[in-house]
Amino acid sequence: MLPITYYVGLSAMLFTIGAVGVLIRRNPIIMFMSIELMLNSANLAFISFSRYLNRMDGHIFVFIIMTVAAAEVAVGLGIIVAIFKSRGDVNVDDLSEMKG
Amino acid sequence: MSFELFAFVILGLVAVVSGIAVITAKNPIHAVMYLVTNFFALAMFYLVLAAQFIAFLQILVYAGAIMVLFLFVVMILNLTGAIESVRDKLPAQKWIAVALAVVLMLEFAAIAGSGSIATPRAGALAESFGTSKPIGLLLYSQYLLPFEVTSVLLLIAMVGSIVLARRRED
Amino acid sequence: MVPVLIWLERKVIADIQIRLGPNRVGPFGLLQPIADALKLIMKEEVTPALVDKWVYRLAPMMMMVPALLSIAAIPIGGTVTIGPRSFALQIMGAYRGPGGFYVPELDAGILLVLALSSLGVYGIVLAGWSSANKYSLLGGMRSSAQMLSYELPLGVALVGPLMLAGTLRLTGVVESQAHPYIWFIIPQFLAFVIHLMSGIAETNRAPFDLPEAEQELVGGYHTEYSSFRFAMFFMAEYLNMVTVSAISVTFFLGGYRLFWNDIAWLGPIWFGMKLLAVLYFFMWIRGTWPRVRFDQLMKLGWKASLPIALANVVVTAAILAFTPGNPTLVLSIASVILSTAAFFGLSYAVSYTLRHKAFAREQELRRRRLEGTVEP
Repeated sequence: MLPITYYVGLSAMLFTIGAVGVLIRRNPIIMFMSIELMLNSANLAFISFSRYLNRMDGHIFVFIIMTVAAAEVAVGLGIIVAIFKSRGDVNVDDLSEMKG
Repeated sequence: MSFELFAFVILGLVAVVSGIAVITAKNPIHAVMYLVTNFFALAMFYLVLAAQFIAFLQILVYAGAIMVLFLFVVMILNLTGAIESVRDKLPAQKWIAVALAVVLMLEFAAIAGSGSIATPRAGALAESFGTSKPIGLLLYSQYLLPFEVTSVLLLIAMVGSIVLARRRED
Repeated sequence: MVPVLIWLERKVIADIQIRLGPNRVGPFGLLQPIADALKLIMKEEVTPALVDKWVYRLAPMMMMVPALLSIAAIPIGGTVTIGPRSFALQIMGAYRGPGGFYVPELDAGILLVLALSSLGVYGIVLAGWSSANKYSLLGGMRSSAQMLSYELPLGVALVGPLMLAGTLRLTGVVESQAHPYIWFIIPQFLAFVIHLMSGIAETNRAPFDLPEAEQELVGGYHTEYSSFRFAMFFMAEYLNMVTVSAISVTFFLGGYRLFWNDIAWLGPIWFGMKLLAVLYFFMWIRGTWPRVRFDQLMKLGWKASLPIALANVVVTAAILAFTPGNPTLVLSIASVILSTAAFFGLSYAVSYTLRHKAFAREQELRRRRLEGTVEP
């Protein structure tokens, strides 16, 4: 069996990629996808620890994370569509008018 | 080179490269496809890690439902044009982000190098590990409350998206 | 499999429309599909100028591969033994070799099948988008909305039989229909109807073939495709049809079993016969049913199929939980009574409405004749 550091390392790399994606992109859809990438890297860590500890609790966490991701995507994409309808454009930098 | 290492290297390469492709793709539709590739690589990882049920769920939920939703929205809004690059108010943010990413990775390397993440030694896995029955048993006994809370969350999300999508009466 | 199916469909449709169908190439036109396939492969491949080339080339494959893969998990026969080896007649099935070598069957086979068949939508959407053609895009959009909405009732309808079977293994589902010997179509008739309907919608077939309505959209998402790539779309559609039928055979029609105690090697024959019956039903519907409108389609999916499928799950669960003895039997009796009542009630309602309408039309005509606005 491989040392668990391999899997955790891969998970960390994917998480970093997702974080960078959120920071460098301005397209809300791609930012959303980067968030999904981060969630999935956490899932990978959960599953690998679950395998190495021989306990299935990690699987439950992944299950719940998937549900949360689905809910988040439904609402998030709804917001993006609503913004697009009212402004005809979506750029994250322009969406600061709610700061008052 | 053992089979597990071989699988890890190949799948890890696919996952990392497609992940980088997601955040660098010009066209959101291409980004969606790279992300689907990434999810497939992760599903394969779950299979290697004896999480059969979660691997199928990964394909069913992420690739089959969530990403199709993404694709749908990208196509409805036709967000494929280069809407960013033109007016980026914070051009410096990119470089700071990359620098911070390097710091994060160095930090992880330091932790991994210090040996504080020990590989646990567990006994042989039961044959039913990762199948639907133990997951269901756990979900409906020990984790009943989180499960119910999640279902309420889904309900709220459903109501929320309907409210957002509804046309105003006026 | 697919060429034979195309031949069969053309013959069946021709029969329904009182035509002869293909009859020139080979006896009974049997070689017609081979001629068609050859023609398609030999044709020039046209790639339009403005397409996103990469996605354009990938799309047919993204539709074809899941279609081929998802059949792999469906069992077509029981466990057979040759010498020291025994294996299930199923591509992703159990295998027990010499020396204790053992590969178990997939634990949640149905999840894999559903997951893979839900991937087919990528091919359609991406084909529609990458073609740089408004009609293709419209076809792709329609199709993705349709497949997203009908995936839910398709899956939820299967929950009832799964609860009765008590397992997610597909062979387990088939075996549980043998003891006691009741096919799940009887206790879960409602689920069967919803599953078939969503299956037809999911495979984009008439009367739900809006994504490729020739009269409205020129051709649909594959308008711009030619030659072998078009053939791939065509084949994937027929394969999806086979998958949906195979799932319904496995879940509702007793799978590969026909008798209580069967010779395992005969399984594929029974399976094939049941599969052909379901496929014939699909063709029959295509030959006799006019296409629905898009709003009707969405209404049917979200306001009818899904609530009914969910109610079916609730009722089945309640009966399973509170019935002492044999819940399958109780469900079967209830289902038979209910479906008979529903059948007679519906036919009465339809005939009453029709007579009522005819009467009203007659009255209107008489009135207008009296007024002199219509020539007698």
